[in-house]
Amino acid sequence: MNFALNLLSVAAISAGSVFFLAGTLGLLRFPDALSRLHTLTKADNVGLGLVVIGLLPLAHGVLGGLKLVVVWVLVQLSGATVGQLIAQSIRRTGPTA
Amino acid sequence: MSAATLAGLTGALLAGLGLYGLIIQPDPLRRILAFNVLGSGVFLLFGIIARRGAVAGALADPVPQALVITGIVVAFAATALAVALLVRLSGETSRLGLPAELSGQTRGDGADD
Amino acid sequence: MIVQTLDIGLAALVLTLAGWTVLAHATFPAVVSYVAYGLLLSLIWVRLFAVDVALTEAAIGGGVTGVLLIGAASKLRKAALSTTERELTPPLRWAIAALCVLATLVLATIVLSLPDPPPTLAPEAVQNIAATGLGNPVTAVLIAYRAFDTMLEKCVLVLAVVGVWSLASDRYWGGAPGAPRAVTWDGALTFFAQLLPPLGILIGIRIFWIGADEPGGAFQGGAILAAMWMIIMMARLADAPAIGERWMRIALAAGPIVFLGVGILGFVAGWGFLAYPAGFAKPLIIFVEIFMTLSIAATLPMLVAGPPIRAPRP
Repeated sequence: MNFALNLLSVAAISAGSVFFLAGTLGLLRFPDALSRLHTLTKADNVGLGLVVIGLLPLAHGVLGGLKLVVVWVLVQLSGATVGQLIAQSIRRTGPTA
Repeated sequence: MSAATLAGLTGALLAGLGLYGLIIQPDPLRRILAFNVLGSGVFLLFGIIARRGAVAGALADPVPQALVITGIVVAFAATALAVALLVRLSGETSRLGLPAELSGQTRGDGADD
Repeated sequence: MIVQTLDIGLAALVLTLAGWTVLAHATFPAVVSYVAYGLLLSLIWVRLFAVDVALTEAAIGGGVTGVLLIGAASKLRKAALSTTERELTPPLRWAIAALCVLATLVLATIVLSLPDPPPTLAPEAVQNIAATGLGNPVTAVLIAYRAFDTMLEKCVLVLAVVGVWSLASDRYWGGAPGAPRAVTWDGALTFFAQLLPPLGILIGIRIFWIGADEPGGAFQGGAILAAMWMIIMMARLADAPAIGERWMRIALAAGPIVFLGVGILGFVAGWGFLAYPAGFAKPLIIFVEIFMTLSIAATLPMLVAGPPIRAPRP
Protein backbone atom coordinates (compact mmCIF):
# COMPACT_ATOMS: atom_id res chain seq x y z
CA MET A 1 0.00 0.00 0.00
CA ASN A 2 2.80 2.32 0.92
CA PHE A 3 4.72 1.42 -2.22
CA ALA A 4 1.67 2.02 -4.39
CA LEU A 5 1.06 5.43 -2.80
CA ASN A 6 4.69 6.41 -3.28
CA LEU A 7 4.51 5.28 -6.90
CA LEU A 8 1.39 7.37 -7.39
CA SER A 9 3.12 10.38 -5.84
CA VAL A 10 6.18 10.08 -8.06
CA ALA A 11 4.06 9.57 -11.18
CA ALA A 12 1.75 12.49 -10.45
CA ILE A 13 4.56 14.91 -9.57
CA SER A 14 6.52 13.89 -12.67
CA ALA A 15 3.46 14.43 -14.84
CA GLY A 16 2.99 17.83 -13.23
CA SER A 17 6.59 18.73 -13.98
CA VAL A 18 6.07 17.70 -17.61
CA PHE A 19 3.14 20.10 -17.80
CA PHE A 20 5.23 22.90 -16.29
CA LEU A 21 7.99 22.19 -18.81
CA ALA A 22 5.46 22.26 -21.64
CA GLY A 23 4.12 25.58 -20.39
CA THR A 24 7.61 27.05 -20.25
CA LEU A 25 8.34 25.75 -23.74
CA GLY A 26 5.19 27.45 -24.96
CA LEU A 27 6.23 30.67 -23.22
CA LEU A 28 9.50 30.66 -25.09
CA ARG A 29 8.31 29.49 -28.49
CA PHE A 30 4.83 30.83 -29.17
CA PRO A 31 4.63 33.79 -31.53
CA ASP A 32 2.48 36.35 -29.74
CA ALA A 33 1.51 37.34 -26.24
CA LEU A 34 -2.04 35.98 -26.17
CA SER A 35 -1.05 32.45 -27.14
CA ARG A 36 1.81 32.53 -24.63
CA LEU A 37 -0.70 33.59 -21.97
CA HIS A 38 -2.99 30.73 -22.97
CA THR A 39 -0.33 28.09 -22.63
CA LEU A 40 0.92 29.47 -19.32
CA THR A 41 -2.45 29.56 -17.60
CA LYS A 42 -3.62 26.17 -18.83
CA ALA A 43 -0.41 24.22 -18.38
CA ASP A 44 0.48 25.72 -15.00
CA ASN A 45 -2.95 25.09 -13.50
CA VAL A 46 -3.02 21.44 -14.58
CA GLY A 47 0.61 21.00 -13.63
CA LEU A 48 0.05 22.37 -10.14
CA GLY A 49 -3.05 20.20 -9.76
CA LEU A 50 -1.06 17.08 -10.59
CA VAL A 51 1.70 18.08 -8.19
CA VAL A 52 -0.89 18.62 -5.43
CA ILE A 53 -2.44 15.21 -6.16
CA GLY A 54 1.01 13.70 -5.92
CA LEU A 55 1.66 15.41 -2.57
CA LEU A 56 -1.67 14.46 -1.01
CA PRO A 57 -0.54 11.00 0.19
CA LEU A 58 2.45 12.66 1.87
CA ALA A 59 0.46 15.38 3.61
CA HIS A 60 0.07 15.68 7.38
CA GLY A 61 -3.42 14.32 7.88
CA VAL A 62 -6.66 15.54 6.39
CA LEU A 63 -6.01 19.16 7.38
CA GLY A 64 -2.64 19.18 5.61
CA GLY A 65 -4.19 17.76 2.47
CA LEU A 66 -6.98 20.31 2.65
CA LYS A 67 -4.41 23.11 2.87
CA LEU A 68 -2.69 21.79 -0.27
CA VAL A 69 -5.99 21.82 -2.16
CA VAL A 70 -6.73 25.36 -0.92
CA VAL A 71 -3.30 26.42 -2.21
CA TRP A 72 -4.18 24.99 -5.62
CA VAL A 73 -7.56 26.75 -5.69
CA LEU A 74 -5.97 30.09 -4.72
CA VAL A 75 -3.28 29.78 -7.38
CA GLN A 76 -5.96 29.03 -9.97
CA LEU A 77 -7.96 32.05 -8.84
CA SER A 78 -5.03 34.42 -8.99
CA GLY A 79 -3.77 32.91 -12.25
CA ALA A 80 -7.15 33.32 -13.89
CA THR A 81 -7.44 36.92 -12.71
CA VAL A 82 -3.96 37.86 -13.85
CA GLY A 83 -4.56 36.14 -17.19
CA GLN A 84 -7.72 38.16 -17.72
CA LEU A 85 -5.99 41.41 -16.76
CA ILE A 86 -3.03 40.80 -19.06
CA ALA A 87 -5.35 39.85 -21.92
CA GLN A 88 -7.41 43.01 -21.42
CA SER A 89 -4.25 45.09 -21.44
CA ILE A 90 -3.08 43.37 -24.64
CA ARG A 91 -6.42 44.06 -26.28
CA ARG A 92 -6.15 47.73 -25.31
CA THR A 93 -2.64 48.32 -26.54
CA GLY A 94 -2.71 46.00 -29.52
CA PRO A 95 -0.72 42.82 -29.94
CA THR A 96 2.98 43.38 -29.50
CA ALA A 97 5.66 40.72 -29.49
CA MET B 1 30.32 21.81 1.72
CA SER B 2 26.94 21.94 3.39
CA ALA B 3 23.75 23.55 2.27
CA ALA B 4 24.37 26.39 4.68
CA THR B 5 27.82 27.11 3.25
CA LEU B 6 26.41 27.12 -0.27
CA ALA B 7 23.75 29.57 0.84
CA GLY B 8 26.41 31.74 2.46
CA LEU B 9 28.47 31.83 -0.74
CA THR B 10 25.29 32.67 -2.66
CA GLY B 11 24.75 35.52 -0.23
CA ALA B 12 28.29 36.78 -0.82
CA LEU B 13 27.74 36.70 -4.60
CA LEU B 14 24.40 38.45 -4.25
CA ALA B 15 26.00 41.17 -2.15
CA GLY B 16 28.65 41.68 -4.84
CA LEU B 17 26.03 41.78 -7.61
CA GLY B 18 23.90 44.23 -5.68
CA LEU B 19 26.88 46.47 -5.00
CA TYR B 20 27.79 46.46 -8.69
CA GLY B 21 24.26 47.39 -9.71
CA LEU B 22 24.09 50.06 -7.04
CA ILE B 23 27.17 51.82 -8.43
CA ILE B 24 26.74 51.20 -12.17
CA GLN B 25 23.06 51.85 -12.80
CA PRO B 26 22.19 55.44 -13.70
CA ASP B 27 18.48 54.96 -13.09
CA PRO B 28 17.59 55.54 -9.40
CA LEU B 29 14.83 52.92 -9.43
CA ARG B 30 17.34 50.33 -10.64
CA ARG B 31 19.62 51.42 -7.85
CA ILE B 32 16.86 50.78 -5.33
CA LEU B 33 16.43 47.31 -6.84
CA ALA B 34 20.17 46.64 -6.56
CA PHE B 35 20.11 47.91 -2.98
CA ASN B 36 17.42 45.37 -2.19
CA VAL B 37 19.45 42.59 -3.81
CA LEU B 38 22.46 43.66 -1.73
CA GLY B 39 20.35 43.63 1.42
CA SER B 40 18.94 40.18 0.82
CA GLY B 41 22.44 38.86 0.16
CA VAL B 42 23.61 40.18 3.51
CA PHE B 43 20.58 38.58 5.16
CA LEU B 44 21.61 35.23 3.69
CA LEU B 45 24.94 35.63 5.48
CA PHE B 46 22.95 35.96 8.71
CA GLY B 47 21.12 32.81 7.70
CA ILE B 48 24.24 30.69 7.50
CA ILE B 49 25.33 31.91 10.91
CA ALA B 50 21.92 30.97 12.26
CA ARG B 51 21.99 27.53 10.68
CA ARG B 52 25.46 26.77 11.98
CA GLY B 53 24.23 27.52 15.47
CA ALA B 54 22.03 24.45 15.48
CA VAL B 55 22.22 22.39 18.62
CA ALA B 56 20.18 19.53 19.99
CA GLY B 57 16.71 20.92 20.50
CA ALA B 58 16.80 23.72 17.95
CA LEU B 59 17.37 23.34 14.23
CA ALA B 60 18.84 26.81 13.97
CA ASP B 61 19.86 29.68 16.20
CA PRO B 62 16.75 31.84 16.52
CA VAL B 63 18.45 35.15 17.35
CA PRO B 64 19.95 35.87 13.87
CA GLN B 65 16.65 34.77 12.32
CA ALA B 66 14.79 37.36 14.36
CA LEU B 67 17.36 39.99 13.36
CA VAL B 68 16.80 39.10 9.68
CA ILE B 69 13.01 39.38 10.06
CA THR B 70 13.46 42.83 11.57
CA GLY B 71 15.90 43.68 8.78
CA ILE B 72 13.51 42.65 6.01
CA VAL B 73 10.76 44.86 7.40
CA VAL B 74 13.07 47.84 7.90
CA ALA B 75 14.52 47.39 4.39
CA PHE B 76 11.00 47.51 3.01
CA ALA B 77 10.28 50.71 4.93
CA ALA B 78 13.48 52.28 3.59
CA THR B 79 12.61 51.18 0.04
CA ALA B 80 9.13 52.67 0.38
CA LEU B 81 10.55 56.00 1.52
CA ALA B 82 13.13 55.99 -1.28
CA VAL B 83 10.48 55.21 -3.89
CA ALA B 84 8.20 57.96 -2.55
CA LEU B 85 11.06 60.46 -2.73
CA LEU B 86 11.88 59.36 -6.28
CA VAL B 87 8.28 59.57 -7.48
CA ARG B 88 7.85 62.99 -5.93
CA LEU B 89 11.08 64.29 -7.43
CA SER B 90 10.26 62.98 -10.87
CA GLY B 91 6.77 64.44 -10.58
CA GLU B 92 8.28 67.87 -10.01
CA THR B 93 11.08 67.76 -12.56
CA SER B 94 9.90 65.10 -15.06
CA ARG B 95 13.32 63.57 -14.73
CA LEU B 96 14.77 60.74 -12.76
CA GLY B 97 17.54 61.77 -10.45
CA LEU B 98 18.84 65.15 -9.39
CA PRO B 99 18.26 68.00 -11.81
CA ALA B 100 21.27 69.58 -13.44
CA GLU B 101 20.81 72.97 -11.78
CA LEU B 102 21.02 71.52 -8.26
CA SER B 103 24.05 69.38 -8.83
CA GLY B 104 26.27 72.41 -9.25
CA GLN B 105 27.79 71.23 -12.48
CA THR B 106 26.30 73.93 -14.69
CA ARG B 107 26.34 76.90 -12.34
CA GLY B 108 29.35 79.15 -12.73
CA ASP B 109 28.66 81.70 -10.00
CA GLY B 110 30.20 79.54 -7.30
CA ALA B 111 27.05 79.25 -5.22
CA ASP B 112 27.25 76.13 -3.10
CA ASP B 113 24.60 73.97 -1.37
CA MET C 1 24.11 17.99 5.83
CA ILE C 2 25.60 17.58 2.40
CA VAL C 3 24.67 19.84 -0.41
CA GLN C 4 22.08 18.39 -2.74
CA THR C 5 21.09 19.02 -6.31
CA LEU C 6 18.15 21.03 -5.02
CA ASP C 7 20.44 23.47 -3.24
CA ILE C 8 22.71 23.86 -6.25
CA GLY C 9 19.71 24.39 -8.53
CA LEU C 10 18.17 26.95 -6.18
CA ALA C 11 21.44 28.84 -5.86
CA ALA C 12 21.90 28.90 -9.65
CA LEU C 13 18.33 30.12 -10.21
CA VAL C 14 18.58 32.81 -7.55
CA LEU C 15 21.91 34.08 -8.88
CA THR C 16 20.59 34.15 -12.46
CA LEU C 17 17.53 36.12 -11.42
CA ALA C 18 19.61 38.52 -9.35
CA GLY C 19 21.95 39.04 -12.29
CA TRP C 20 18.99 39.75 -14.53
CA THR C 21 17.56 42.19 -11.98
CA VAL C 22 20.81 44.11 -11.82
CA LEU C 23 21.88 43.95 -15.46
CA ALA C 24 18.66 43.99 -17.50
CA HIS C 25 18.22 46.81 -19.97
CA ALA C 26 14.60 47.71 -19.30
CA THR C 27 13.21 48.56 -15.87
CA PHE C 28 9.96 46.58 -15.88
CA PRO C 29 11.58 43.17 -16.60
CA ALA C 30 14.08 43.93 -13.84
CA VAL C 31 11.29 44.56 -11.33
CA VAL C 32 9.39 41.41 -12.31
CA SER C 33 12.61 39.44 -12.05
CA TYR C 34 13.12 40.88 -8.55
CA VAL C 35 9.71 39.58 -7.44
CA ALA C 36 10.54 36.08 -8.72
CA TYR C 37 13.94 36.36 -7.06
CA GLY C 38 12.32 37.15 -3.72
CA LEU C 39 10.04 34.13 -3.94
CA LEU C 40 12.88 31.75 -4.82
CA LEU C 41 15.02 33.24 -2.08
CA SER C 42 12.37 32.22 0.44
CA LEU C 43 12.90 28.61 -0.71
CA ILE C 44 16.59 28.97 0.19
CA TRP C 45 15.49 30.20 3.61
CA VAL C 46 13.41 27.05 4.03
CA ARG C 47 16.50 25.01 3.20
CA LEU C 48 18.30 26.88 5.98
CA PHE C 49 15.55 25.78 8.41
CA ALA C 50 14.40 29.36 8.91
CA VAL C 51 10.72 29.05 8.03
CA ASP C 52 9.68 32.28 9.77
CA VAL C 53 12.22 34.19 7.71
CA ALA C 54 11.05 32.39 4.56
CA LEU C 55 7.46 33.49 5.25
CA THR C 56 8.58 37.07 5.86
CA GLU C 57 10.76 37.14 2.75
CA ALA C 58 7.96 35.78 0.56
CA ALA C 59 5.33 38.10 2.01
CA ILE C 60 7.22 41.36 2.54
CA GLY C 61 10.47 40.98 0.61
CA GLY C 62 8.99 39.49 -2.53
CA GLY C 63 5.34 40.40 -2.34
CA VAL C 64 4.81 43.85 -0.86
CA THR C 65 8.14 45.23 -2.10
CA GLY C 66 7.22 43.89 -5.54
CA VAL C 67 3.91 45.75 -5.50
CA LEU C 68 5.70 48.91 -4.42
CA LEU C 69 8.33 48.65 -7.15
CA ILE C 70 5.90 47.73 -9.94
CA GLY C 71 3.80 50.73 -9.01
CA ALA C 72 6.90 52.91 -9.01
CA ALA C 73 8.05 51.53 -12.39
CA SER C 74 4.71 52.37 -13.96
CA LYS C 75 4.62 55.87 -12.43
CA LEU C 76 8.18 56.60 -13.57
CA ARG C 77 7.81 55.18 -17.05
CA LYS C 78 7.46 58.59 -18.66
CA ALA C 79 10.28 60.29 -16.80
CA ALA C 80 13.46 60.74 -18.75
CA LEU C 81 16.78 59.91 -17.25
CA SER C 82 18.57 62.84 -15.66
CA THR C 83 21.65 63.96 -17.57
CA THR C 84 23.83 64.66 -14.58
CA GLU C 85 25.07 61.09 -14.32
CA ARG C 86 28.62 60.86 -15.55
CA GLU C 87 29.08 58.48 -18.43
CA LEU C 88 30.90 55.39 -17.21
CA THR C 89 33.85 54.58 -19.42
CA PRO C 90 34.85 50.92 -19.77
CA PRO C 91 37.99 51.21 -17.61
CA LEU C 92 35.86 52.68 -14.83
CA ARG C 93 33.37 49.86 -15.24
CA TRP C 94 36.14 47.30 -14.94
CA ALA C 95 37.43 49.03 -11.83
CA ILE C 96 33.96 48.97 -10.24
CA ALA C 97 33.55 45.33 -11.18
CA ALA C 98 36.92 44.56 -9.58
CA LEU C 99 35.80 46.34 -6.42
CA CYS C 100 32.63 44.26 -6.29
CA VAL C 101 34.55 41.04 -6.92
CA LEU C 102 36.85 42.02 -4.07
CA ALA C 103 33.87 42.59 -1.77
CA THR C 104 32.44 39.21 -2.78
CA LEU C 105 35.75 37.48 -2.13
CA VAL C 106 36.02 39.08 1.30
CA LEU C 107 32.50 37.92 2.22
CA ALA C 108 33.13 34.44 0.81
CA THR C 109 36.32 34.15 2.84
CA ILE C 110 34.36 35.10 5.94
CA VAL C 111 31.77 32.46 5.11
CA LEU C 112 34.39 29.76 4.63
CA SER C 113 36.36 30.62 7.75
CA LEU C 114 33.62 30.95 10.32
CA PRO C 115 34.69 29.76 13.77
CA ASP C 116 34.23 26.09 14.60
CA PRO C 117 32.51 25.21 16.98
CA PRO C 118 30.03 27.93 16.01
CA PRO C 119 28.99 30.33 18.76
CA THR C 120 25.28 30.15 19.29
CA LEU C 121 22.56 31.42 21.55
CA ALA C 122 20.21 28.55 20.75
CA PRO C 123 20.68 26.67 24.05
CA GLU C 124 19.80 29.72 26.14
CA ALA C 125 16.87 30.51 23.89
CA VAL C 126 15.45 27.02 24.10
CA GLN C 127 16.09 26.67 27.84
CA ASN C 128 14.20 29.78 28.85
CA ILE C 129 11.34 29.45 26.40
CA ALA C 130 9.16 27.58 28.88
CA ALA C 131 8.93 30.69 31.03
CA THR C 132 7.38 32.67 28.17
CA GLY C 133 4.80 30.01 27.39
CA LEU C 134 5.64 30.11 23.68
CA GLY C 135 6.65 27.23 21.48
CA ASN C 136 8.32 29.09 18.63
CA PRO C 137 11.81 30.27 19.58
CA VAL C 138 11.89 32.97 16.90
CA THR C 139 8.70 34.57 18.24
CA ALA C 140 10.15 34.34 21.73
CA VAL C 141 13.28 36.16 20.56
CA LEU C 142 11.23 38.82 18.76
CA ILE C 143 8.71 39.61 21.47
CA ALA C 144 10.37 38.48 24.68
CA TYR C 145 14.15 38.35 24.56
CA ARG C 146 14.78 41.19 22.12
CA ALA C 147 11.54 43.07 22.61
CA PHE C 148 13.33 46.41 22.55
CA ASP C 149 14.55 45.83 19.00
CA THR C 150 11.08 44.92 17.80
CA MET C 151 9.52 47.93 19.46
CA LEU C 152 12.08 50.21 17.84
CA GLU C 153 11.37 48.55 14.52
CA LYS C 154 7.67 49.39 14.86
CA CYS C 155 8.69 52.98 15.56
CA VAL C 156 10.85 52.93 12.41
CA LEU C 157 7.78 51.86 10.41
CA VAL C 158 5.77 54.77 11.82
CA LEU C 159 8.63 57.15 11.02
CA ALA C 160 8.72 55.82 7.44
CA VAL C 161 5.00 56.48 7.06
CA VAL C 162 5.45 60.01 8.39
CA GLY C 163 8.33 60.48 5.96
CA VAL C 164 6.25 59.33 3.02
CA TRP C 165 3.32 61.53 4.04
CA SER C 166 5.55 64.56 4.45
CA LEU C 167 6.25 64.48 0.71
CA ALA C 168 2.72 65.67 -0.03
CA SER C 169 2.03 69.13 -1.31
CA ASP C 170 0.71 71.43 1.39
CA ARG C 171 -2.68 71.65 -0.22
CA TYR C 172 -3.06 67.87 -0.19
CA TRP C 173 -2.18 67.39 3.47
CA GLY C 174 -4.90 65.42 5.18
CA GLY C 175 -6.21 64.04 1.90
CA ALA C 176 -6.11 60.55 0.49
CA PRO C 177 -3.48 58.84 -1.64
CA GLY C 178 -4.27 56.78 -4.70
CA ALA C 179 -7.21 56.63 -7.02
CA PRO C 180 -10.74 57.17 -5.65
CA ARG C 181 -13.38 54.53 -5.32
CA ALA C 182 -14.68 53.44 -8.71
CA VAL C 183 -18.27 54.22 -9.60
CA THR C 184 -19.02 50.98 -11.45
CA TRP C 185 -17.51 47.68 -10.54
CA ASP C 186 -16.96 44.98 -13.08
CA GLY C 187 -14.17 42.95 -14.45
CA ALA C 188 -11.80 40.30 -13.31
CA LEU C 189 -10.00 42.38 -10.70
CA THR C 190 -13.26 43.28 -8.96
CA PHE C 191 -14.28 39.63 -8.83
CA PHE C 192 -10.89 38.74 -7.43
CA ALA C 193 -10.98 41.50 -4.83
CA GLN C 194 -14.42 40.41 -3.66
CA LEU C 195 -13.53 36.72 -3.45
CA LEU C 196 -10.05 36.65 -2.00
CA PRO C 197 -10.04 39.04 1.00
CA PRO C 198 -12.39 37.01 3.24
CA LEU C 199 -10.21 33.93 2.81
CA GLY C 200 -7.04 35.98 2.99
CA ILE C 201 -8.07 37.65 6.24
CA LEU C 202 -8.74 34.23 7.76
CA ILE C 203 -5.37 32.97 6.60
CA GLY C 204 -3.62 36.09 7.88
CA ILE C 205 -5.18 35.82 11.33
CA ARG C 206 -4.38 32.11 11.41
CA ILE C 207 -0.72 32.67 10.54
CA PHE C 208 -0.46 35.40 13.19
CA TRP C 209 -2.11 33.17 15.81
CA ILE C 210 -0.08 30.07 15.04
CA GLY C 211 3.14 32.05 15.35
CA ALA C 212 3.20 31.44 19.06
CA ASP C 213 3.99 27.77 18.63
CA GLU C 214 4.89 27.20 14.99
CA PRO C 215 6.46 29.27 12.23
CA GLY C 216 4.41 32.37 11.70
CA GLY C 217 3.87 35.47 13.73
CA ALA C 218 2.76 39.06 13.72
CA PHE C 219 4.86 40.28 10.78
CA GLN C 220 3.86 37.49 8.44
CA GLY C 221 0.16 37.59 9.37
CA GLY C 222 0.13 41.37 9.25
CA ALA C 223 1.70 41.32 5.78
CA ILE C 224 -1.06 39.02 4.49
CA LEU C 225 -3.75 41.27 5.98
CA ALA C 226 -2.01 44.25 4.41
CA ALA C 227 -1.98 42.45 1.04
CA MET C 228 -5.74 41.90 1.25
CA TRP C 229 -6.32 45.59 1.87
CA MET C 230 -4.00 46.50 -0.98
CA ILE C 231 -5.96 44.24 -3.35
CA ILE C 232 -9.18 45.98 -2.34
CA MET C 233 -7.61 49.39 -2.90
CA MET C 234 -6.11 48.34 -6.24
CA ALA C 235 -9.48 47.09 -7.45
CA ARG C 236 -10.88 50.44 -6.27
CA LEU C 237 -13.60 48.78 -4.25
CA ALA C 238 -12.85 51.15 -1.40
CA ASP C 239 -11.26 54.53 -1.03
CA ALA C 240 -7.75 54.74 0.21
CA PRO C 241 -8.22 56.31 3.63
CA ALA C 242 -7.42 59.97 4.04
CA ILE C 243 -4.27 60.40 6.08
CA GLY C 244 -6.04 62.82 8.40
CA GLU C 245 -8.56 60.25 9.53
CA ARG C 246 -8.38 59.60 13.24
CA TRP C 247 -8.88 55.84 13.01
CA MET C 248 -6.07 55.57 10.49
CA ARG C 249 -3.63 57.37 12.74
CA ILE C 250 -4.70 55.33 15.76
CA ALA C 251 -4.29 52.09 13.80
CA LEU C 252 -0.79 53.11 12.72
CA ALA C 253 0.36 54.13 16.17
CA ALA C 254 -1.36 51.37 18.13
CA GLY C 255 1.45 48.86 17.69
CA PRO C 256 4.36 50.86 19.11
CA ILE C 257 2.19 52.54 21.74
CA VAL C 258 0.84 49.27 23.14
CA PHE C 259 4.31 47.76 23.07
CA LEU C 260 5.76 50.72 24.90
CA GLY C 261 2.82 50.68 27.31
CA VAL C 262 3.40 47.06 28.22
CA GLY C 263 7.06 47.86 28.69
CA ILE C 264 6.34 50.74 31.03
CA LEU C 265 3.81 48.58 32.85
CA GLY C 266 6.61 46.12 33.46
CA PHE C 267 8.82 48.92 34.73
CA VAL C 268 6.13 50.19 37.08
CA ALA C 269 5.07 46.78 38.32
CA GLY C 270 8.60 45.73 39.13
CA TRP C 271 9.28 43.00 36.56
CA GLY C 272 11.58 45.25 34.59
CA PHE C 273 11.15 47.35 31.46
CA LEU C 274 9.79 45.19 28.61
CA ALA C 275 9.90 42.08 30.80
CA TYR C 276 6.99 39.77 31.40
CA PRO C 277 5.90 38.21 34.69
CA ALA C 278 6.24 34.46 34.94
CA GLY C 279 2.86 32.81 34.61
CA PHE C 280 1.22 35.73 32.81
CA ALA C 281 3.75 36.10 30.01
CA LYS C 282 1.86 34.54 27.13
CA PRO C 283 -1.38 36.57 27.44
CA LEU C 284 0.66 39.79 27.54
CA ILE C 285 2.71 38.67 24.54
CA ILE C 286 -0.42 37.82 22.55
CA PHE C 287 -1.93 41.17 23.54
CA VAL C 288 1.11 43.02 22.23
CA GLU C 289 1.18 40.90 19.07
CA ILE C 290 -2.46 41.63 18.24
CA PHE C 291 -1.78 45.34 18.12
CA MET C 292 1.47 44.78 16.26
CA THR C 293 -0.38 42.85 13.57
CA LEU C 294 -3.03 45.54 13.32
CA SER C 295 -0.38 48.21 13.03
CA ILE C 296 1.56 46.36 10.34
CA ALA C 297 -1.63 45.69 8.38
CA ALA C 298 -2.29 49.43 8.43
CA THR C 299 1.28 50.58 7.81
CA LEU C 300 2.30 48.52 4.79
CA PRO C 301 -0.57 49.63 2.50
CA MET C 302 -0.01 53.25 3.50
CA LEU C 303 3.67 52.95 2.62
CA VAL C 304 2.78 51.47 -0.76
CA ALA C 305 0.00 53.99 -1.46
CA GLY C 306 2.38 56.91 -1.04
CA PRO C 307 1.78 60.55 -0.19
CA PRO C 308 -1.73 61.98 -0.55
CA ILE C 309 -2.58 63.32 -3.99
CA ARG C 310 -6.18 64.41 -3.43
CA ALA C 311 -7.29 67.35 -1.40
CA PRO C 312 -9.03 66.51 1.87
CA ARG C 313 -12.77 66.65 2.02
CA PRO C 314 -13.88 69.70 4.03
